[in-house]
Amino acid sequence: MPARKSVLNVNVWRGRADGDYQSFDVPRQDNQTVLDVVTYIQRHLDPTLSYRFACRVGVCGSCAMTVNGRPRWTCRTHVSRVMTGGDRLEIGPLGNLPVIKDLAADMRPFFDKWQRAGGKFEASTDRHKPMAAIAPDSPKRAAASKAIECINCGICYAACDSVRWNPDYLGPAALNRAWTLQNDERDAGHAARLRAVAADGGCHSCHSHQSCEAHCPANLNPTESIVGLKRMTVQAYIRGELEAEVE
Amino acid sequence: MSSLRLTTRLYLLQRLTAAIMAPLILVHIALIFYATHDGLTAAEILDRTRGSTLWFGFYQLFVISAAIHGAIGLRSVAKDWVTPRPAALHTVMWLSGLALLLLGTRAVIAVIAPGAH
Repeated sequence: MPARKSVLNVNVWRGRADGDYQSFDVPRQDNQTVLDVVTYIQRHLDPTLSYRFACRVGVCGSCAMTVNGRPRWTCRTHVSRVMTGGDRLEIGPLGNLPVIKDLAADMRPFFDKWQRAGGKFEASTDRHKPMAAIAPDSPKRAAASKAIECINCGICYAACDSVRWNPDYLGPAALNRAWTLQNDERDAGHAARLRAVAADGGCHSCHSHQSCEAHCPANLNPTESIVGLKRMTVQAYIRGELEAEVE
Repeated sequence: MSSLRLTTRLYLLQRLTAAIMAPLILVHIALIFYATHDGLTAAEILDRTRGSTLWFGFYQLFVISAAIHGAIGLRSVAKDWVTPRPAALHTVMWLSGLALLLLGTRAVIAVIAPGAH
């Protein structure tokens, strides 16, 4: 086995949208994650480097960055996994979002669209009424369960061609969230949410490229959820229920 | 029409026309193999198609579906790559749809209309 280089040369994005990559030499270690590399640079080489992380174990969804051109959770990405086919390591902020500074992307458009897609649960009852009984194996519960494990990391949003071409598009995560709520029998906001996702920039702006599915670290399939929403809007349209809300 | 009804209607129309075209394409391709494997000439093929109401209906239905399907698709491409302005998208959709319909109908007439060859 050839001896591995003991130093890793890393290019890291510095500044805002008009910034540039800066080169750092980081000691190579076994089982080193990309987040370890970024943390090493911030603690030992340049304390002004800005980045975002919290849990370090793939639960919180805050450390997503662009690693060698692909959006990834840096905490769950081993350096050895992305260094195949060369010794280049390039780390940038998450794509399709404004850059605040260095590796920290501005997540506001992402979460604004989450709201626009009706991503909030609308209660149909209160704590004084009996609990809703949802059979775990009912088709709607099964559909929601399949899409529910999203942790809002923004990787699908950064990977999406439709978001890049159409800044108005809600994106895979927000629509996936809407799909889980449309399948939640306790939710009272189905009609309004369906209007939100059927409007311009909603589910019909998805071209089913499936980059979201290919990149999702939680192995979800937002494209399938969006197809489900398209089906729902068509059913509502045929039944004449897809009307704009009267002002 | 509100944008949510328009986007949903266009989506539905594009799926419907795709569903119409899929079997027509299969018949069309099977027909090409069937008609050419015995070495039928163009003149012999035209003898069979000219004046045929069945083949006129078959290919004109395909042309209409393709014009609708293609125009909606080009509208989506224009929306992502050129402009999101509704009026411009409307123009792109109708102009491309009409162009496809005219070109396709011209081809159908050339194959179906009775005439000397």
